[in-house]
Amino acid sequence: MQRSTSRWLGGCAIAATAALALSACGSGSGFSSGDDTTGGSTGGATSTANLTSSDSPLTVMIGSSGDAETTAVKKAVADWSASSGTKASVVAATDLNQQLAQGFAAKKPADVFYLSTDALAGYASNGSLLPYGDLLQNKADFYPSLVSSFTYQGQLYCAPKDFSTLQLVIRDDDWKAAGLTDADYPKTWDDLESVAKKLTTGKTVGLSTNGEYARIGSFMVQAGGNLMNDDSTQATADSDANVQALTFVKKLLDEGVYKYAKEGLGEGDGGQALGSGKAAMTIEGNWVTGELKNDFPDVKYTVVPLPSGPAGQGTLQFSNCWGIAKDSPNQAAALKLVEQLTSTDDQLAFSKAFGVMPSIQSAADAWKQDNPALVPFLDAAAYAKGVPTAKGAADVVADFNSQLTNLAKSDPKTILDSVQKNLEALGQ
Amino acid sequence: MTTTAPALRPRRRGGIHRGEAASGWLFTAPMLVLLGLFLVVPVLMALWVSVSDWNGNGSPFASGVSFVGTDNYRAILAGGGLAEQDFGTALRNNAWYVVLVVPLQTALSLYLAVLVNRRMLRGRGFFRTAFYFPSVTSSVAITVLWLFLFSASGAVNQVLSWFGVHGPNWFSDPSGIIHDALEPLGVEQGPAALTQHGFLGVSWWDWVGGPSVAMTAFILMAIFTTSGTFMLVFLAALQNLSSEVTEAAMVDGANGWQRFWRITLPQLRPTLFTVLTLGLIGGWQIFDQIYTGTQGGPAKTTLSPAYLSYQTAFTNQQWGQGAAIAFVLFVIIVAFTLLQRWVLRERGVPRRKRFGPVAPGPATPGATPVTPATAPEVTR
Repeated sequence: MQRSTSRWLGGCAIAATAALALSACGSGSGFSSGDDTTGGSTGGATSTANLTSSDSPLTVMIGSSGDAETTAVKKAVADWSASSGTKASVVAATDLNQQLAQGFAAKKPADVFYLSTDALAGYASNGSLLPYGDLLQNKADFYPSLVSSFTYQGQLYCAPKDFSTLQLVIRDDDWKAAGLTDADYPKTWDDLESVAKKLTTGKTVGLSTNGEYARIGSFMVQAGGNLMNDDSTQATADSDANVQALTFVKKLLDEGVYKYAKEGLGEGDGGQALGSGKAAMTIEGNWVTGELKNDFPDVKYTVVPLPSGPAGQGTLQFSNCWGIAKDSPNQAAALKLVEQLTSTDDQLAFSKAFGVMPSIQSAADAWKQDNPALVPFLDAAAYAKGVPTAKGAADVVADFNSQLTNLAKSDPKTILDSVQKNLEALGQ
Repeated sequence: MTTTAPALRPRRRGGIHRGEAASGWLFTAPMLVLLGLFLVVPVLMALWVSVSDWNGNGSPFASGVSFVGTDNYRAILAGGGLAEQDFGTALRNNAWYVVLVVPLQTALSLYLAVLVNRRMLRGRGFFRTAFYFPSVTSSVAITVLWLFLFSASGAVNQVLSWFGVHGPNWFSDPSGIIHDALEPLGVEQGPAALTQHGFLGVSWWDWVGGPSVAMTAFILMAIFTTSGTFMLVFLAALQNLSSEVTEAAMVDGANGWQRFWRITLPQLRPTLFTVLTLGLIGGWQIFDQIYTGTQGGPAKTTLSPAYLSYQTAFTNQQWGQGAAIAFVLFVIIVAFTLLQRWVLRERGVPRRKRFGPVAPGPATPGATPVTPATAPEVTR
């Protein structure tokens, strides 16, 4: 037994040596190609002349919400391909983060791809992205708050694809049953509390959302706070405004007029809680319209602006952008494609297909005409704040979310202090 | 196999056995190359990543990547920050999972194997297939099924409601089951000794809190799915046992219970080792259930080190830390396997010596010198 073990180890050592030799060869080639690209373009793209250009076809990788989105993007890309003469194909990723990471590590990334605010800082800091923002012809047309969400260390890295905001969604039947009218739509936190109380009955709770920063954070903005400042350069989690917001949320939870959709009602999110009749109000984004149309076609609802907090109106916004890989052999064509995909026509087409809001201001009027009931969502662009985009912030937000699950039993100040500590650690 | 060839060498050098070693290596070469290429190289690369500052762009061996020593390990083991706390949480979750899953699934699979091994049982084939069925179904499919069964208004809660039990909201309930059990006794906050101090950023009070309700659902699922596989392993071993020993015990007057504990089980020790080891390794590596089911939620209580490693690397771009987590996990698994090997080590030899001369009496069936069918299963 002893002897056979040592022999086995010997064999292993030989295999390992061989493997090392092999990996050394492998690293040789990786080494040189890595050197070329980093040497080639360090400062980012300052003019279109510096962009790579070739006949290579483009690959567009998207993290799709479903068939409607995939089809719409495929059609838009095919149209561009036909008019520009550059071949392009669309890949709907099953796991966008993983597939992107694989491409970057192999130096063969997709040319154009969806990029979330969470992932931006990571990929920007490791040199995977082409910071092409300044080259965009329609740069001035994008909403300023979206531009700041995709700016990393002073450079706009990518064109905002579209965006969503949160507003208050009300179930009409419950509203009427509680004897409320259009004049009662909540304008302040006190209003919200009182209508939530009136709407809470034996089987329906007044307000329900998921217990996470991406919903509850809207109260923090209304109080004048947020987890980080607008540029995501400074942690502001432990501000008095945030404490005030969480204290208000905790009060609603304690009174039983606000429940988390998952933990409290056993529903997937606020939209489902509203659709199933377990909640009379929810705070959701414009995607909720598609969800309600598919799952609860008979439910009537109204979208109104969220109430103003101590610091006035406020809500959160979410967005993705069109990233372009620095290693793309055909950056010039990729830039042209992105300009087309963010044009008014294409964005309105996407909006029809899967309910997003256009990221450019010139498309706003057309969108409002098409979607009169959803106007509050787009109006929020004026006062909405983005989520933190600092590198590693997504982790801190995930931790914040897990603490929010226990908000009813915890102290808001303690939670926010720990978030502040974690956010400050990111900068080091 | 070919490994016996070198063992023979010292005795017979030359003759027709000359060159056996060379051909031995030749025959094993394809496998060694494959293992080297797909196992050893990736492992070594990952080891390098775990001590480097590779950021995910280009090759980890490119010029810009530098050696950072134990920085990544320090961040997850003693950093004092979120990384350490997450790793501690993941270890806590997984430790409870292993503590509950491994013994339960081993006991259940052994029980099932003994059950379907009985010659009297009618429809043995049916039961064997039925018990094995969950094991052949893909874990993703089972996870989805589980999410439905254990949803707030799912089948499990319906059944519980027949008995007047208000079932928990399984996959959304982050409370630890031991904490839950203590709550009716008036213990809502742990003693300061436990809450103020901790290990890996997690307080002792949280370490002893037990698996969350959500994790408990995963624990039930693991027991449900893997028991069939291990039942098969036990069944094969049971059928390999000679009936003479058992018959001798029957002649000696041992009842069914004694026969199982003193005759059958000791003979199954090698199999038991295999099952426990495989269970332990599988238990520390849970990933697909988490990935498809909960992504670590609610409140991080189903986070496992394997999933955390994936998330740290692919989502957060902290490749070094992700690889470091994987290696710490590797060390944990090896340590537990060695420990288990030591616990289950063969202690037969001295006993046999004692048994030999004194043997005559029919007395203790427990002292039966059982070390027959050892080798084949263990060495695989």
